[in-house]
Amino acid sequence: MVVGKMKFTFQKRVKLAQGLWLLSWLATLGGAVTFTLGCFLKTELRRRGEVMDNTDIHCVPNTLMIVGLASMGINYFASRICQDALDPGRFPRWKTFLKPYFGCSVFFTTLMLISVILSYAMKGSLETSLKIGLKNGIRFYKDTDTPGRCFQKQTIDHLQMEFQCCGNNDYKDWFEVQWISNRYLDFSSKEVKDCIKSNVDGRYLVDGVPFSCCNPSSPRPCIQYKITNNTAHYNYDHQTEELNIFIRGCREALVNYYMGLMNTIGAVVLSVFLLQSSVLASVRLLQTSMEAVAGQENVEIETEGYLLEKGVKETFMEYVDPVLKLLLLNQVTPPEAKPEAGATGTTTTTS
Amino acid sequence: MVLLKMKFPFQKRVRLAQGLWLLSWVAMFSGAITFAMGVFLKTELHRRSEVMHSMDIHIVPNLLMAVGLASVGINICAGKVCQDSLDPSRFPRWKTFLPPFFCFSVFLTSLLLVAMILSFALQPSLEESLKIGLKNGISFYKDTDTPGRCFQKETIDRLQIEFQCCGNTNYRDWFEVQWISNRYLDFTSKEVKDRVRSNVDGRYLLDGVPFSCCNPASPRPCIQYSLRDNSVHYNYEYQTEELNLYSRGCRQALVSYYMGLMNTIGPCVLFDFLLQMAILVSLRYLQTAMEGVIGQENVEIETEGYILEKGVKETLLETKEKVKRLLQLAQVGDASSTTPGTQPEEEKPATA
Repeated sequence: MVVGKMKFTFQKRVKLAQGLWLLSWLATLGGAVTFTLGCFLKTELRRRGEVMDNTDIHCVPNTLMIVGLASMGINYFASRICQDALDPGRFPRWKTFLKPYFGCSVFFTTLMLISVILSYAMKGSLETSLKIGLKNGIRFYKDTDTPGRCFQKQTIDHLQMEFQCCGNNDYKDWFEVQWISNRYLDFSSKEVKDCIKSNVDGRYLVDGVPFSCCNPSSPRPCIQYKITNNTAHYNYDHQTEELNIFIRGCREALVNYYMGLMNTIGAVVLSVFLLQSSVLASVRLLQTSMEAVAGQENVEIETEGYLLEKGVKETFMEYVDPVLKLLLLNQVTPPEAKPEAGATGTTTTTS
Repeated sequence: MVLLKMKFPFQKRVRLAQGLWLLSWVAMFSGAITFAMGVFLKTELHRRSEVMHSMDIHIVPNLLMAVGLASVGINICAGKVCQDSLDPSRFPRWKTFLPPFFCFSVFLTSLLLVAMILSFALQPSLEESLKIGLKNGISFYKDTDTPGRCFQKETIDRLQIEFQCCGNTNYRDWFEVQWISNRYLDFTSKEVKDRVRSNVDGRYLLDGVPFSCCNPASPRPCIQYSLRDNSVHYNYEYQTEELNLYSRGCRQALVSYYMGLMNTIGPCVLFDFLLQMAILVSLRYLQTAMEGVIGQENVEIETEGYILEKGVKETLLETKEKVKRLLQLAQVGDASSTTPGTQPEEEKPATA
């Protein structure tokens, strides 16, 4: 049950080899682009690494970088193969190389597709990681004198200004933590004492936000403190006021940013994947059609090329069996280490 | 008195032509880069044009763009000339074209040098333009309801955040203008009335700055208002506090930024200028060397090349005479355009 059988005249073989050579160089470029996109994504994720709790999402750019490098290697060999393909004298030396080559190539090409799927699948994990990271950042905002946390304030301020966002879900997150350090609170004043006493944990909570939440597009000077108190400010109604501070939460802003990045990258990687698959299919057809020519006197005969000699399942088992046998052989502990317990279908003994 | 005479055997001529052809491609590329840098500089100046009062500084990127484009054209011609130069039958057609070409090219190339000098010479003009522009921006900060000025607040806020600066010279500029609009002042409150009365012009002045002056690197939450009053804030002393607000003025920040840009562009433009001059000198040598070959039977003889046939002064006088004659002919041509049959050439130069 041959898969993808096609007839190849001599002219068609020549054209296939030439077209494949060009295509493989394009695909090498595509692989380089994939690698660069992986590096770029990793850099962007690391820039905001301080507000992320875990690095699970980094598997996406890591996979992209590995696949990009592998794809460059695969396509380099593809171009070498098709350079030698039309010369029956030089083609046979690739014979033993091609089977593992195809196995590796199919594996890495599938990995490309998996990385695109992962970039969508890991959205939830990214969101959770950001939720915890931002929560910590906001909590440690005031600890500019604690080693290890002293840069949280600057990080959160720059983040809020750059992404035009405020707080974790929204600006009200700032009302629930003490973000003004005790070093700057006058504990002898009545106002501070009242505020602390009214709170169970003795924290100084205010209905105010840091300056980095202020929106430059607002027509009036920024109102940071007593945000929910309409009487404290003239001509102010906090329910209808939209432009004063940023209403978007930083978690949403960052998730949108990264999803946008990954959507663009996903589209590019998908097209590289299609290019790569066509290169591999063409190399396979070229190989099989050239194998029929080897040993013949007249090299210009018409031959048949195919993708798979047997069906898909049988070919898959063919590739996987040697690997399995290697693993199973390692499992078999040799108390009865017979020398002929070789790879020819010995019954495996359970330990 | 020939200027800079050099002997050119056949091989040297061939190598000169080949080297020149290659060099003209490099110079064309370099001219394109000069154009691109001119475009970039113009874009950057345009982005901050709202805080600039005059457009004098724009002459620098305009010159760079014009010369960049012209230099691409000049180098294409130079490449064509040296392609034809080794063929004595095709070279003569360039004869009449080359002298004005050289004058034109030297003029345009010297404009590159002029652009570089201008980029330093116009720094005071840029600074003055920014001073007035920023002063207006700060004065109109509160006028978010006046058409034509409603974006000043956002412009100044974003400028201060991006360039990490505050005010014109420094943050005290904000103390001298009313930057809070009357729409947001409660004129029934005592505090507002006192402040407005204490001022001659009836303006609401305070020792406070907008939020965009706040420095994120400060360890404490930003202090924007009552900056001069140590007693209002706990553990605060304005004389020693350095990190609370941006200490740099926006004028200095912007001037430094643009001077930095122009200092980076300067060496590239200088390189382009030297390359272009080298090409023009080589082309002149090639032309004069080839002129010695024209009409000869043996094209492989050794000829002489020079930059100017006569001395510099004599050449200038000659050119002046030629231009005068051309102008007079043009004048006579206009005056006698009604009488048909007059030959424009060989006419005695009649005084107008």
